[in-house]
Amino acid sequence: MGNKVNFNDLIVGYELPVTVKKPIDRATLALFAGASGDHNPIHIDSDVAQAAGMDDVFAQGMLSMAYLAQCLTGAVSQSVLRSYSARFGAITHLRDEISCRARVCERREEAGVELIRLELTATNQNDEVKLQGEAVLAISQKEMQ
Amino acid sequence: MIDRDNIGRNWPSIDVAVEKGQLVFFAKATGETNPIYTDDSAAKAAGYPALPAPPTFGFSLNLAVPDPFARYTSLGIDLNKVLHGEQGFTYYAPICAGDVITLQDTLTDIYDKKGGALEFLNFTTKATNQRGDHVLDMRNTVVVRHG
Repeated sequence: MGNKVNFNDLIVGYELPVTVKKPIDRATLALFAGASGDHNPIHIDSDVAQAAGMDDVFAQGMLSMAYLAQCLTGAVSQSVLRSYSARFGAITHLRDEISCRARVCERREEAGVELIRLELTATNQNDEVKLQGEAVLAISQKEMQ
Repeated sequence: MIDRDNIGRNWPSIDVAVEKGQLVFFAKATGETNPIYTDDSAAKAAGYPALPAPPTFGFSLNLAVPDPFARYTSLGIDLNKVLHGEQGFTYYAPICAGDVITLQDTLTDIYDKKGGALEFLNFTTKATNQRGDHVLDMRNTVVVRHG
């Protein structure tokens, strides 16, 4: 199912490969508005953003959350993803270059299923945290083989 | 202040088709390079019947209505004052191109911080597919900035 890491390697402290995205520009935000269905003009129309008291348009929170998910699905099949959540700590701005990291913070077995919890962070080029999240992978004995 | 009587309010469910073209567009817009999200044969080789929706796509399905922000305006909230606070997904089964997903929103809580300067709304959404399978739950916290 497209796993690039061996589940046995996912022990506490293990870090998935870092996902680095290209710097966010206005086209990124316009494309994501259309693709995601979030047509809130505050992300694509600088007049609206400024009228709302912002300096300029800024990224949709769900764009960074989609990026952060790629750190997971680039390493393991989405089929083992049981839950995924994120808290939007700071606004992601134009020209931010987002890096996504995932680190195993807990691993336990429950009814024959390996549950692997990862802590997730998305930061910009200045190491400012934009998103903090958590994911749980649930891997059956069969999938462990 | 948002009327606390709205706690527990349910919105009418919506049915949304999961369209392959939209999934491919979403992959492009997010710089996705994993072919299972854009190439039918890669998706099938990975065990999916069609292109799978990526982990956060359920949020987009819930916006696929003529006025996705009506739930804010119906509560008297100015969209320009709304920030996304938290978002969570719990997955039970894949969502794939060709599925029709029924989404049901509930406003589960409203509370404030900083003396009412910030109000928080917690929504939950239950998603089921055309076979009646419960595929996804979503949790959404939005922050409304007052003043």
